[in-house]
Amino acid sequence: MKKAVITVLGNDKVGIIAKVCTFLSEGNINILDISQTIVGGYFDMVMVVDITNTDKNFDEIADGLDALGEEMGLKIKVQHTEIFDAVHRI
Amino acid sequence: MITRNEILETNQMIDDANLDVRTITMGISLLDCADADIDKFNEKIYNKITTYAKDLVKVGDELAKEYGIPVVNKRISVTPIAIAAAGCKTDSYVSIAQTLDRAAKAVGVNFIGGFSALVQKGYTESDRKLIASIPEALAVTDFVCSSVNIGTSRNGLNMDAVKEMGEIIHKAAELTKDRECIGCAKLVVFCNAVEDNPFMAGAFHGVGEADCAINVGVSGPGVVKKALEQVRGEDFETLCETVKRTAFKITRVGQMIAREASKRLNVPFGIIDLSLAPTPAVGDSIAEIFQEMGLEEPGAPGTTAALALLNDNVKKGGVMASSYVGGLSGAFIPVSEDHGMIEAAEKGALTLEKLEAMTCVCSVGLDMIAVPGDTSPATLAGIIADEAAIGMVNNKTTAVRLIPVIGRGVGESVEFGGLLGYAPIMAVNKYSCEKFIARGGRIPAPIHSFKN
Repeated sequence: MKKAVITVLGNDKVGIIAKVCTFLSEGNINILDISQTIVGGYFDMVMVVDITNTDKNFDEIADGLDALGEEMGLKIKVQHTEIFDAVHRI
Repeated sequence: MITRNEILETNQMIDDANLDVRTITMGISLLDCADADIDKFNEKIYNKITTYAKDLVKVGDELAKEYGIPVVNKRISVTPIAIAAAGCKTDSYVSIAQTLDRAAKAVGVNFIGGFSALVQKGYTESDRKLIASIPEALAVTDFVCSSVNIGTSRNGLNMDAVKEMGEIIHKAAELTKDRECIGCAKLVVFCNAVEDNPFMAGAFHGVGEADCAINVGVSGPGVVKKALEQVRGEDFETLCETVKRTAFKITRVGQMIAREASKRLNVPFGIIDLSLAPTPAVGDSIAEIFQEMGLEEPGAPGTTAALALLNDNVKKGGVMASSYVGGLSGAFIPVSEDHGMIEAAEKGALTLEKLEAMTCVCSVGLDMIAVPGDTSPATLAGIIADEAAIGMVNNKTTAVRLIPVIGRGVGESVEFGGLLGYAPIMAVNKYSCEKFIARGGRIPAPIHSFKN
């Protein structure tokens, strides 16, 4: 399974999760885990997703999420999970 | 499964503390390009470099995007040209530097290192031609970096070369005096140069290396500084452990990127260089680490001890995180490239003599230091000799990258821009070493026993 981590940061508003999830489902990307909190009106979400069966390449996913973030005034970042394994797991 | 906190911590290291992969450097051997005809030699090296490195920048950018970590520089190092071009029938190697520059521009890298000669014990004809070509080569190219190794712990110091390099540095400054003497910022004089260094300006691809290799330099002074903020006032054990743990994490990122780059480029992975390299940006500074450790300014008493513990613990943490460690591996203290060092030098907290003492415990040496333009070639050579002696006796790499700023003196500054930053001109001891340097010959290798 090829996994990626999506992080979303910015001011809270209606429909953030909906829009991100719609984008993912359109690309056939399965969500494995979501964790989301709001601290002082600041929206903070971390998702782990499965990109094994997506028909998009990584560039398209990254650019698509970046554009979506721009549109909603948020910072959305997608990264392969290996970087986190490298830093935190031996 | 990775936890939310681990994800956030990693991204904070990247976004808030300037963690980045400082350079992916592709080392390319030019030994098989030898030709008596210099035009043919130039054609062969251009073709080899542009073929091997054609995807280097693309892969670097892809990795940055996919893992969400900046890959700041993509660079190339080549076989020392004095060796690769030894068979060429020519009087000057300037056209080779121009070819390297063209190749660097064609593949989109921002520096190419290896316009170099290794003369620790003596000169070949080719070494002489290369060294004589350095000032002009650096003046007519943008991305070519040059280095000369004038000593080793095994061979001693070639004092003829030390003397000559004082003159060459001065000439390189003269030829680029209309451009802030930038030529000197691309020229390093080494003792105990390493063959797999990915960092410029001193990178070259040693003759003991494979045909091609990927060497990676990671950096994160900002990450170390942020981690130390959490242990303010605690004892040295905690301080050292924190540096070690942080260095481990930083290096793991480098190891992963290096492995992936090596796979995608289909080139063997060489080494990870564990150096902490600052940039002029706030939050990316070695000086800030000293301040966080409890020194008012770098240069204050205690600075050498602070640097020693920083350097040692970066290595201890980093070595375990990577399968192959090499290059220079230590903390860099370039003055012009670190805003905290610049400020300390401007205030007079940091002097050339204190920097020299600090180089006894760190990599690499007197780096990116601007001195008055009227500093004589003999004095420059004297500074090189002192620094090389430290490297020779202590079995470590030391280097000198001095910029005599023509037409300017102490109290003025020089501005290089970009990663090279700016530097206040520092005072140099005014007493002469002319007769000492004029002696010529070699200083024999030091004794390798009786180590007290």
